[in-house]
Parts: sequence; C-alpha cells; structure tokens
Amino acid sequence: MGRYVIRRLLQMIPVFFGATLLIFLMVNVMGDPIAGLCGDRECDPATAARLRAEFGLDEPVWQQYLTYMGNVFTGDFGTAFNGQKVTELMGTAFPVTIRLTLVAVVFEVVIGISLGVLTGLRRGRPADTGVLLMTLVVISIPTFVTGLLLQLLLGVKWGIIKPAVSSDATVDELLVPGLVLASVSLAYITRLTRTSVAENSRADYVRTAVAKGLPRRRVVSRHLLRNSLIPVVTFIGTDVGALMGGAIVTERIFNIHGVGYQLYQGILRQSSQTVVGFVTVLVLVFLLANLLVDILYAVLDPRIRYA
Amino acid sequence: MRGATRATWMACALAVALAATACGGGDSGGGAAGVVSSSWGDPHNPLEPSNTNEVQGGKVLDMLFRGLKRYDPKTGEAKDMLAEKIDTADSRSFTVTIKDGWTFSNGEKVTAKSFVDAWNYGAHLKNNQRNAYFFGYIEGYDKVHPEKGEATAETLSGLRVKDQRTFTVKLTQKFSTWPETLGYAAFAPLPRAFFDDHDAWLAKPVGNGPYTVDSYVKGSRMSMRKWERYPGPDKARNGGVDLTVYTDNNTAYTDLTAGNLDLLDDVPASQLKNVRADLGDRYINTPAGIVQTLAFPYYDERWNADGMEKVRTGLSMAINRQQITDTIFQKTRTPAHDWTSPVLRQEGGFDDTLCGKACDFDPARAKKLVAEGGGIPGGTLRITFNADTGSHREWVDAVCNSINNALGNDRACTGAPVGTFADYRSQIVDRKMAGPFRAGWQMDYPLIQNFLQPLYYTNASSNDGKWSSEKFDKLVDEANAESDPAKAVGKFREAEKVVRDEMAAIPLWYQNGSAGYSDRISNVALNPFSVPVYNEITVN
Repeated sequence: MGRYVIRRLLQMIPVFFGATLLIFLMVNVMGDPIAGLCGDRECDPATAARLRAEFGLDEPVWQQYLTYMGNVFTGDFGTAFNGQKVTELMGTAFPVTIRLTLVAVVFEVVIGISLGVLTGLRRGRPADTGVLLMTLVVISIPTFVTGLLLQLLLGVKWGIIKPAVSSDATVDELLVPGLVLASVSLAYITRLTRTSVAENSRADYVRTAVAKGLPRRRVVSRHLLRNSLIPVVTFIGTDVGALMGGAIVTERIFNIHGVGYQLYQGILRQSSQTVVGFVTVLVLVFLLANLLVDILYAVLDPRIRYA
Repeated sequence: MRGATRATWMACALAVALAATACGGGDSGGGAAGVVSSSWGDPHNPLEPSNTNEVQGGKVLDMLFRGLKRYDPKTGEAKDMLAEKIDTADSRSFTVTIKDGWTFSNGEKVTAKSFVDAWNYGAHLKNNQRNAYFFGYIEGYDKVHPEKGEATAETLSGLRVKDQRTFTVKLTQKFSTWPETLGYAAFAPLPRAFFDDHDAWLAKPVGNGPYTVDSYVKGSRMSMRKWERYPGPDKARNGGVDLTVYTDNNTAYTDLTAGNLDLLDDVPASQLKNVRADLGDRYINTPAGIVQTLAFPYYDERWNADGMEKVRTGLSMAINRQQITDTIFQKTRTPAHDWTSPVLRQEGGFDDTLCGKACDFDPARAKKLVAEGGGIPGGTLRITFNADTGSHREWVDAVCNSINNALGNDRACTGAPVGTFADYRSQIVDRKMAGPFRAGWQMDYPLIQNFLQPLYYTNASSNDGKWSSEKFDKLVDEANAESDPAKAVGKFREAEKVVRDEMAAIPLWYQNGSAGYSDRISNVALNPFSVPVYNEITVN
C-alpha cells in the first residue's frame, strides 16, 4: 500500500509540470496584457516598458516559465495587476470556494446516495420512476438556469435568502449556491448509486447474507453498499476538482468571491500570474483528489490493493 | 450496530443542513443606520489618484479627495474647490493659491507642497503611474518621464513651491483652459503619510474629501464613513457609503430589487426592458460625457487612400442610429450628431448640427457615396470589438445589418469579435486592425479639448486609428493658445469640422449614465461622468 501511494505521488510530478506549462503557454498566447491596463487609451511607452519588466513579460516565454516555477517553489506566486499578491488573492478565494465545494459535496453524498439506495432497492416502483424523472429534469437544465431561478424565487419573490452572498460567505449563505452547484452531480450520483445497488442486490453474496438471516439494515449497509459505492466514490473524487474549478457560473450568479471569480478576472485581464497560480493549485487539488480516490478504492476493495 | 451509526450520521447532517437554512436569510437588508450601500467593480489598478483611470476606482477617489477644482455635479463646470485663485498672464505660467483651513483626515494640513509632491510622484517614471501623461504639459516632464531609458530628474522643473499656500506651474506650451483640467482626480493632493508608508496607505487610503475609509477588503468591499470635521462646503449628507464588489451587474440588480442594495450605478443592458416597471422613477438616465464611435486604421493604406472619406461618410449614412438606440439600447443612448457630448452644452462646444446630413440615415445616398469612393476596401467591412464587456456584439451586429441593407449586399459587413479587452487593446496598440473598430471615449474633464485633442491630434495618446491632419493640428494649437475661453471653443469647433469633412471616425451615439436606487434613499443623481453624487444622497 505504501509503495502504491509513493508510486502515485511520483507520477504526479510530470503531470504537474506538464499542466502548468500548458496553462502558461495558453495564457501567453492570448497576447500582451499590458495594453489592457491603461483603459481605452494607449499606455505611454516608457510606463508600458516598466510594467512589462516588473511582471517579467519582457523575457522569452521559457525563461518566464522557469523563473515562475522557481518562485512558486519558494511560495511566491507573483503579483496580480491590481497590485495584490496572488497568494493574498488565494488566501481570500480558496477558503470561500472550499466551503462552497464542501456544502455541495455534502449535498451530493447525503441526498444523492440516500435517493440512490432508496430507488435501487425499489426499482420499478413509483418512487423509483419519480426520482428517475426528477434526475432527468435536473440533468437537462443548465446550472445557470436553476441558479437564476432559485435566486429569483427564494431571493426576490419569497425573501427567504439574500440573492447575493456577502463577502464573509458563511456556510448558511452558501447553502442555496451549494445546492445549485451540486445539482447536476447529485442527479448523476443518484443514478449511479441506483444502478449499482440494483445490480448488486441480486448478487450471490447479498443472497447469502440474507439467507444467513442478517438484519436487512446490516445487509444493505455492510454488504450491498460497500460494493455498490466504488463507482460513486470515484465520481465524487473527481467531482471535487471539477466543482472547485467549475464554480465560475454559480459564483458569478450569487456574487461569491471565490476561485471562479478570481480566475474569471484573471482571464479577462490576462493576468498570467493570477491564472497560472490558481490553476496550479487547482491541478494539485485534482491530483490529490484522484490519489485519495485510488486509496479509497483500495480500502473498499482489497483486491485492488494487491493488483 | 455499525450500520446504525452511519444512518444517524446522515440524519444529523440533514438536520444541520435544514437548521442552517432556517437560520439563513434572517438578517435585515442594508447596512448601518444612515449608510448607503452601493454596487462597485473591482478597480483595475492600485488605488492611487494618478494611477486610476476607470470609473470604478474614480468613484472612490471622488469620495476621498478634493482637488484644486471640482466639476459641478449638475453642469460639469469647473469650480474652485481648494484653489483660492489661479492666475496667469500668458496662458503658460500659472500661480496657484490654495485656500486656508484644509486638512487631510489624519490631521495633516493641505499645503502647496501636498500638491507639488503628489504631482511629482504621479509624473515620475519609476512609480509606473497610468495617468502620468496628465502632467505632460508641465515643464520638465520629459526629464522625469522620458520616452525611453531612465529618468534624469527627480522632480518637475516647472513646479515651484513659493510658500505654504502658493506654488507656480510652468507649462511647455500655451494652454488657456489648463486650470479647468485640474478637477481630474490625478491632480489631487497627497498627505505625507502616502510617501512615508506607501503600503499602509494603499491598504487604507487617507484623503481630504468628505469621507474617510473605515475598512477596505481589496477586491471585495470598502466601507466609507462621513468625515465629521470635513472643512469643505459639500459635506456628506449621509452617514457613509458601503461599496460592495459585484461579479455581475445582473446580480447587483437582483439584489437591488430584493432590497439588499441601495444603489446600482450601471443598470445592465439586459434589464433595461424591466427597469421602469421594477423601479419606476427610481431609475435615472442622464447624459454622460461618453461618445461611441467607429475608428478606422489609417496605418492601413487602403483606408488612407484618396476618396476614402467618401466611403467613410457613406458608411456613416448607412447606419440607422435612431433604430439601433431605440431597440438595442431601449432609448438609453442618443444618436450622435457631433464628436463631443451634450454634457458640454452649447457654450462648451457641443453642437448637434455639426455632423449634419453625414450622420443622418440615408441608404440611397450611402450606397452612392461608397461606390463613388471606390467601394469598401477588400469588399468586406470587418468591425472589430471586444466581446467580453458591454453589449458590443448586439450593436455591432445591428450596425452591420443596417449597412448591409443600405448597400444591398449581405456580405458587406461582419463583426470581428476579440475575446478580451486586454487582447483587443493590444491588437490596437500593435496596429493590427483590418477595418473599423469600436472606439469609446469617456471624458476626463468636461472640455471640448478633451474630446478632440487626445483622439485626433497627430500621435495623441488615444488616437488609436493614427489619423493625422495638419489642418486639424494647427487649429487645435491655435485654440489652446487662445486666452479667451469662448474664442478657444470656437477654434476647437473649427477643428471638429475638419474631423467631420474627413469623417476621421464615425460618431454613433452619446451614452447616458444609468442608475437605479432603492426607496431607502433619496436625492440620487449622476454627475456628467456617470458617477453618483454620493455626498448628496440622503437616507430616509
């Protein structure tokens, strides 16, 4: 197991460098960002040159990348165009997005898995058909529609929530945005769990467990669920990264100043320092989440451990 | 019993989630008593007077600073604020005397040195100030801010402190209306605290205006409170202003209709249809010093050829401005008939007859003129715009439709979107424009000079199309040397006629400022820069 983890950790190194280099190149392809800093007029050449030197934009791209990576390892992610340290931006943005992601994941796990188990055990019954229909609706409606609709109904018409999240972004403010963010994945998890549970409930080992006279609850939680959750865990694991990076739409609708917002600003202003910095961290999150999934796999299914 | 624990855990999580929902949304809207909450956009650059060149940063500076002059929020006229008098004999050397009794909110006195130090800071190359060129008329600018290489002087030679309350300014050329430019935020005074601990100042700016900064979370919110001992005549009539950064104006609009926000100073285009029904007379739409034009790449020989002015005039006549402003902008913009803005008013040089027939929709004549001028270079007109902000795509499509219909050719005009504003600007700076492109001008100060010289003078800072005309340059020089303001305006108008005859850029429409507010506040108005006059707002 330890060796397995170490091998996986080593594999992360080339992925990390490859991903950051790609992002770096992509942002650079977008062109010279300095021109946008002076608004609707040309920067005077001397100031533009100084700004370019300050942000290291006057060097060749490969050298910029090397300098950048060198700095990253000392914890210096550079400065955004508005004069703030990128680490400072991360310090304010990541906690907010992590809270939002956690809320979303909790919704996915709690609602998604319970509905999945419920319908999986009662397949073909009205409850099953009803939930399946509901998930279909949720999957087919884009997030921004659900988001705007909930915002309008709960925020403006009924006044239950505030339409915009304050800069503190406390957990209770994030419940509705979290639900919106989770909605599509939640529907997938329901369907995934349902299929898996339905399939496994006919398996031999479940029949054996029932025949042994184990209480139903124990059969479901120890025998059925443990095996049925493997694909679900994979999905949730990869989804954590997707949720953090893909929160742009939700964050924009509910005015959440998280990672999505900073990335959006960074891209609009072509601030490579911001974009590369944030994406680097997101890549790390992605890799770690995947590693965690693989380890969980091994825990859930001992056969994988020795493979 | 292990299964039971899991079930309990799930139940608890659900209960917590539900309980938390019940707690959420219980807080009341709005801020502290007498405080106005207002929408804000994240300033692009660090908040320093000479480094702020867009509206969002500018609105903060307008609350925190008072300069020598201030533009009247209603008329736009430059009126003395800290200046007691500004004397000149030759329109080139000025003696500025400042009023007694002004202090910064940290107690420091505002002296002549506060201005001279601030201006020297703003002009110096090493400080990377985006607005440095505002000091370009002052003698010695080429030493502290050379086009290439290092600065050879620390301070502007044209600035001299005479005593506590007087300083002199020497300009490189005659510029009779120069004192009227001094209301621009870049000319604000700075306290010693700014120079002593720059980082601390940026974290919590200190100025001499009617408000002080209570707290500032960069990129997120800024709370300003009334400064009780503010010595000026325009004291704040509310307890303070809380600015909240919105990632999307639509969210701000939703927050306004839900009663959580008091003031939104830029109603999104998509809500213009609903805004009158939602807000009634709490929606304001007033002229602002913004004019939208189509500029041409004169560095491209095909656009600079003889006879092209006919094509450009023809294109101008092919655009149905009235229809576009009515349908796409819901009458919140006005078809332009000159290259300035209505906020200048007649005496300031605005003239809505100046463009004349060349700005009237006349498809038949348009088709004829374009044919006479030799047709559109390359056969297809590509209008370049940035697709990330504003609703540029909508109007570019509409303009193209209008041109296509007038010329009777479906392929005469297409839009050419560029992804981001930064990329758009860098393509302009690199002179890569293949055809006409979107150009907007928001005035720095309400002078006709500001609508013409930076945009059309040879190699001027915002002359993106690189248009050049000796006749125009000569008239502008003469206008600047003219000591009688009325005569200067007349000369500028002559110069504007050169722009018209050549159709250097096609004027499209004057943009209005638009704002909506809640029933919690009153006395809301926009100044000619489309910024709310915050200090006048009262809380009911």
